[in-house]
Amino acid sequence: MYAYDEIDRTLVNERVSEFRDQVQRRLSGELTEDEFKSLRLMNGVYLQLHAYMLRVAIPYGTLSSAQLRKLAHVARRYDRGYGHFTTRQNIQYNWIKLAELPDALADLASVGIHGMQTSGNCIRNITTDQWAGVAPGEIQDPRIWAEILRQYSTLHPEFSFLPRKFKIAITASEHDRAAIKIHDIGLRILKNDKGETGFEVLVGGGLGRTPFIAKTIKPFVSHRDILSYVEAILRVYNQYGRRDNIYKARIKILVHELGIEKFAQEVEDEWVQMRDGILALDDAVVADIRSRFTYPDYQRLSDDPDQLNKAKASDPRFAMWLGNSVAPHRVPGYAIVTLSLKPVGAPPGDATAEQMDVIADLADKYSFGEIRVGHEQNLALPNVARKDLPALWRALDKIGVATPNVNLVTDIIACPGLDYCSLANARSIPIAQELTRRFADPELAALIGKLHINISGCINACGHHHVGHIGILGVEKNNEEFYQITIGGRADEKAEMGTLIGPAVPFAEVADVIEDIVEAYLALRTRPDETFVETVKRLGVTPFKERVYATR
Amino acid sequence: MPLVKGNKIASDTFAHVADDAELPASGDVLVGATRFLADPAEILSRSGNVGVIWPNSRDVDDLVPHLGKLAAVALVFPSFRDGRAYTQARLLRERHGYKGELRATGQVLRDQFVFMLRAGFDAFDVKKQSDAEAFADVASRYSVFYQPTGDGRVTAFRRRVARHAETAGS
Repeated sequence: MYAYDEIDRTLVNERVSEFRDQVQRRLSGELTEDEFKSLRLMNGVYLQLHAYMLRVAIPYGTLSSAQLRKLAHVARRYDRGYGHFTTRQNIQYNWIKLAELPDALADLASVGIHGMQTSGNCIRNITTDQWAGVAPGEIQDPRIWAEILRQYSTLHPEFSFLPRKFKIAITASEHDRAAIKIHDIGLRILKNDKGETGFEVLVGGGLGRTPFIAKTIKPFVSHRDILSYVEAILRVYNQYGRRDNIYKARIKILVHELGIEKFAQEVEDEWVQMRDGILALDDAVVADIRSRFTYPDYQRLSDDPDQLNKAKASDPRFAMWLGNSVAPHRVPGYAIVTLSLKPVGAPPGDATAEQMDVIADLADKYSFGEIRVGHEQNLALPNVARKDLPALWRALDKIGVATPNVNLVTDIIACPGLDYCSLANARSIPIAQELTRRFADPELAALIGKLHINISGCINACGHHHVGHIGILGVEKNNEEFYQITIGGRADEKAEMGTLIGPAVPFAEVADVIEDIVEAYLALRTRPDETFVETVKRLGVTPFKERVYATR
Repeated sequence: MPLVKGNKIASDTFAHVADDAELPASGDVLVGATRFLADPAEILSRSGNVGVIWPNSRDVDDLVPHLGKLAAVALVFPSFRDGRAYTQARLLRERHGYKGELRATGQVLRDQFVFMLRAGFDAFDVKKQSDAEAFADVASRYSVFYQPTGDGRVTAFRRRVARHAETAGS
C-alpha cells in the first residue's frame, strides 16, 4: 500500500477547504449553477436525476481497511446506506445533499481519499490492474507508476481544462486486466533488450458514440521520460483537440482525424523540446515513491494446506467458489480472492455500509488490511493465505459476496442507467437483474464458462457495451426502451469492438435474446473450453443472428 | 473589470484599443493580434508600451519574434472551461523565455488563480470584484504542488528527496 505523507494529506485538506468555499458561494447565490458546475465536477460532484452524486476516487483501485470503513461511514451518514463501485475503480454515492458534501469530503480526507478529478475535463483517476503487485509474472508493480502519474496529474495547472475528460490506465502483465486499449492513454510496462524498464504507449482508445481501440504511438519510452512523454501528448491535445463539439472532443477523434503517424509526429516534435527538462524523472524520485509502498510480511506457507483440501472435499459450494473466485498469487501459499458484487437479482457493483465494514474487518484478519477494486465492479482481497480460504469463504458467504460467478455470465458490468442517470435513454440495472435471475443456477453458469455481459443505458457507454463479449446498449425509439445487441467484443490485450447482430429489441425481450445467444453458443462450440468470444471469432455473427431473429 | 497585479488590485496603464479604433499618439496600448502582426514596426515605433492580445486558437510561434519588444501579452479565456491559454502561457514563459507582463483575460474567476500563477501569468483581468479582492487569500490557498512548471515552486517530489538527503546527512 502507498502511505500518504503529510505532503499528500495537506493537499487533500487544502482541496476540501477550497471546495467548502465554493459550495458556500453556490449556496449564497454568488455562483450560478453554471459557474459552479465546472467546480463541482472537478471534485466529483454531478447533478443526477434525483440528487447530487458524489464520485470518490480510489487511485489504482487500492484501499486500506481504514479507507473502506470510511467509505462505509459516508454511505451511512450522508447517503442511503450503500455505495456503487464503478468501472473506473471509483465509488459513487447517489443521494448526497449539497450542503453536506464538504463534510463528507472532509471525513474522507481524514483517511486520504477525495473526489478530485473523478469528473470534469481533466486527467481522471489513474487506473490499473486490480491484481497489481500480487499477480504472478508481473514485470513490476504498476502502482508505483500509477502513483507517480497520480501525483503528476493532480491539480495540473496546464491540463485541468482539456477539451474533454482524459483517462490513463496502466498494466504490467501479459494479460491486460486494466483495459488499456480503451483509454485515452494506455501504458504497458515492459523491459527492452538492455533490461531497462519502460512503457509501450498507446493513445486514442475510447468508447462512447465513436469507439476506437487505442493505437501504439511509441513502442518504448524509457521510465525516465514517461512524464515528459505524457505531457507532450497532453499538450498537443490541449492545443489542437476539438472544442466545438463535445462528441468530437476526445483525443481519439484528434488521433483519428490527423492519423496516428501525423499525431505521433506532433507529439515527437513537442517532446524533443522538453524531454531533458524538468519532468525527467531521476532515480531518487522513483525510489522515494517506491519506498512508500509497503508490502505484506508474507510467511512461508503451503500452497496445498490440509484445511483447504478438507473443505474442498466436504463442501461442494466451497469447492465451486474456490474454482471460480480464487486466483493464484505470486507468493506460494497465498491467493487473490475476488468478492463478487453481483448477487442474483441485485444491481451490479453495489455494496452496503454493513458489507463494507465486514469486508474491512476481513481484510484486516486475512489480507494484511488491503482491498482492491476492479473495473469489473467487484472487490478483491489480494493477500489471503490459502489455509484461511475456508474460513474467509464462510464469512463472505454470510454477507452475500461469495457468489461463484466471477467472469461468468452473471458477472455483469452495467452503468446506473435511467434509474439514476440524467443522460440515459434506457434502464440498465433491471436488465442486469433479470439476466442474473435467468442464469442464477451456478452449474449452468459454470457450464457456459467465461462470458462478460456489458450493459450501457445510452451511447456514452459507461457500461463498456462495445467491449462486452455480449454488449447491450439501451436506445430510445418512439419513447420506448429498445436495446441493441453486439457480440464478440473484448477489453483485454486482444481488445476488439463487438459486432451488432441485428435490429434492436424491446425491453421485455432482451433476456430471451441473450438466452438464445447463449444456447446457440453452447450448440456451436467445438469443445467446452472454447470460450464464447472464441466461438464468435471463429464463426462470425451470422449463426447467432439467425438463431435470434428466426422466430422474431 | 479589476486588474490584479502583484497580489493586489492595480490600475491598468494599458488602453485597450479596438481593431478599428485609431491608435493614441502616446501611452501604453493593448492591441489585437491581427492588427499587431499587420505592421508590428509601426505600432512598436510609437512612444509608450505595447501589449498584444493573443487569441487562444493561434500558435504562439507567430508572436515569438516580437516578444523582446512587447511589454505585455494578454492571453484569452473565452470560457472558464477553455484551457488552451494555459499551454500558451507555459510555452511563452518556459520555452521562449518571455519576461514581460503575462495577462489572463476573459472568463477569469478565483478558482483559476492558482493554475494561472503556476502557468506563468502575473496579471489578471478578474471578472468579479469579489474575486479580485480575494486574490491574495486564494493565491496562497495551496502549499503543496505536485508537478513542476516554470514558476519555481518546489514540488512535492523535490521536497521529499530533499528530506531524504537531510536525514541522510544528519
